[in-house]
Amino acid sequence: MPEFLAGTELFWPLAIPLATAAVCAAAWAYPRLQQAASLVGLVLTLVASLVLLQIVLSEDIVTKQFGGWAPPFGISFVADRFSAAMVVISSVLALAAGIFAIADLRRRQVKAGFYPLFQGLMVGVNGAFLTGDIFNLYVWFEVMLIATLGLITLDRTRAQLDGAIKYAVLNLFSTILFLMAIGLLYGVTGTLNMADLARVLPQTEGSVALTVSAMLFLLAFGIKAGFFPLFFWLPASYHTATIIVSAVFAGLLTKVGVYACFRVFTLLFEVNEGGIRPIVAFFAAGTMLFGVFGAAIQWDVRRILSFHIISQIGYIMLGLAIATPLAMAGAVFYIIHHIVVKANLFFVAGAIHRATGTYDLRKAGGLMKSSPLLAVLFLIPALSLAGIPPLSGFWAKFMVIDASFRGDMAWLGALALVVGLLTVFSMSKIWIEAFWKTSPRKVARVRAVPVAMLVPIAALGLITLAIGFNPEPLVAFANVAADTMTDPAQFIAAVFSEPRIAGVTP
Amino acid sequence: MNLVYAFAIAAQMGCGVYLLLSRHGVRILLGIVLLSTATNLLIFVAGGLRFTAPPVIEQGMRMLGTETANALPQALILTAIVIGFALVAFAAALMLKTYRSVGSVLTSDHTDAEALGSPFDKEALRDA
Amino acid sequence: MQIIFPTMSRLFFILMIGVSLYMLFRGHNEPGGGFIGGLIAALGFALLAMAHDVGAARRALMVHPVALMGGGLLLSFVSGLPGLLSDQSFLTHWWLEIGSLHLGTATTFDIGVYCVVIGGVLCLVFRLYEGIEQ
Repeated sequence: MPEFLAGTELFWPLAIPLATAAVCAAAWAYPRLQQAASLVGLVLTLVASLVLLQIVLSEDIVTKQFGGWAPPFGISFVADRFSAAMVVISSVLALAAGIFAIADLRRRQVKAGFYPLFQGLMVGVNGAFLTGDIFNLYVWFEVMLIATLGLITLDRTRAQLDGAIKYAVLNLFSTILFLMAIGLLYGVTGTLNMADLARVLPQTEGSVALTVSAMLFLLAFGIKAGFFPLFFWLPASYHTATIIVSAVFAGLLTKVGVYACFRVFTLLFEVNEGGIRPIVAFFAAGTMLFGVFGAAIQWDVRRILSFHIISQIGYIMLGLAIATPLAMAGAVFYIIHHIVVKANLFFVAGAIHRATGTYDLRKAGGLMKSSPLLAVLFLIPALSLAGIPPLSGFWAKFMVIDASFRGDMAWLGALALVVGLLTVFSMSKIWIEAFWKTSPRKVARVRAVPVAMLVPIAALGLITLAIGFNPEPLVAFANVAADTMTDPAQFIAAVFSEPRIAGVTP
Repeated sequence: MNLVYAFAIAAQMGCGVYLLLSRHGVRILLGIVLLSTATNLLIFVAGGLRFTAPPVIEQGMRMLGTETANALPQALILTAIVIGFALVAFAAALMLKTYRSVGSVLTSDHTDAEALGSPFDKEALRDA
Repeated sequence: MQIIFPTMSRLFFILMIGVSLYMLFRGHNEPGGGFIGGLIAALGFALLAMAHDVGAARRALMVHPVALMGGGLLLSFVSGLPGLLSDQSFLTHWWLEIGSLHLGTATTFDIGVYCVVIGGVLCLVFRLYEGIEQ
């Protein structure tokens, strides 16, 4: 990075997608240019996020005040290990999706504005990961919501419109709850900067408003993340979108909700206080169980996978419910593993659709014979999702379940093991129906899967394998990340140490 | 004063939630609008209700006077209004589009998403 | 056959664009700004679409609304970049004083917002009007 750009690392993972979105929108009439700009932007974003991660690894927490206004008045942007890792993994996923899009996206879909919306989504996601201001987080959520609404209705089919309405209404409701929580919090504390809140809140007397605010945060992020009693919008809408969009949604969106939940309930509110912990534990248990039950009856690959997103979110929430540093580390590991694996499974679903012409497992079949490579590529994320050693999912599940037996929530760990077994059932269902079974159609119409589809699938599969066979570095990383995350003092110190004085001479 | 506002917000929220529970798409939309305006009011009240001057710096001054309103809740509300405006406009367009293609605004008629790969799909079951 | 409305709409259109530009530059030190200005301008175009048809409004706009939005976003984004050079923070604005005239990158930012708002609103308004015309 050039000398004069030193100190601006935090800015680029946000700025590059924003600039790319602007360029893609400005090049409205030139789909080819949009595609090229988008790919360049995605590569640059990945580079920028890797640079950020490298700096975070040496400096622990990087902060930045946009506009030069001192905290707590200006809007802080903060990257610690957790958020930097999230930005990197989401950039990897976005690049994979960008490559997949070359083969899968139709001209009509590009003309409907896929590229600007997709980049807009990345702006929102990266912004939500990097912001250090609670109201700013709300703004990023809305940016994401607008972009996702555009993406989900890309083809404007009846199913998509239907899914989009459910998605829009419930997510709008969730952001309203979020805003209410912010309003109450502001009323009590008079500040919105997360570091300042973390400093002020422990000295504030507990009040009804604060409790209500915490509950509203939990509900708002719960809807976003797809917790147990609030997840119904997710399997009703995710599967209607075109497959790249589904994959990106599945990988990133719910995780942004989970990320926000972790931030708020480590930094602002203590999970251990005010009876939040039993609620989170109950949510986690229900989320795991009902997600996996919901998947068992479905026949559409995308719907099976959508329900599995929910059950996996339960595992991540398990970490928050146990709330020991070990469990938090497990959750961080789990999120990273899950983003890669789940998006990859959706990409495989897209490849299955390309090969057999259907997402319905009853109509698919015979892929084992016709494209064995795809079969292997499916097997890696599928087994990893189910938690079969030595893949990444095994270590992720091991960490959270181990933490739950060491903590005081052994029943949650036991439940997690049962759910893991049921996950194997769903994955083997896809395997048997799509790959082993002979095709039910008389004329087996098997089309070749283009290379541009296989490359991202293989790349994400390789990441899964790499984590699986060499989990040590990531486990160590997750442990340090969890330590930083559960220690608000470091966060506060980092934000307020910024040696810049408020106000710029007009 | 706070109490009056509290009741106003409560009434608005109540109406919003009631409309949200309806089966009629447009009512759901109106419910969302009501809820978001009620939330804006909530932020306004959370900022503190006092009779003060508007937060505008007088000609020739470099700072706000002491007895001026808190500008932050207003900025928050303005942001929320702008965002809410965009989202509601989009949702209204979505509802219109759905009405055109499905022919109904009742959510009980919106079943196309669930129908994809439904486990109760007769035709697919016969094939299997 | 309407006569008064379509004829007057041309006049009003020009007036509204003028007012919107006034609002845009007034926002520099007084209430106003890119967002309000953009809304007024978008209303002007919507008026054209209502009085004549969407085609007339699209011709008056000359570029596609989304392209306008992208251009505006790019302009706003670029206006924040000089701040990176001065103190490494995005959107720290640069100012130029020529006598009593007071220009800065903040103005560029506002012009960008103006374009984004026009593009965004018209994108939706045109879509809705076209739906009615069909």
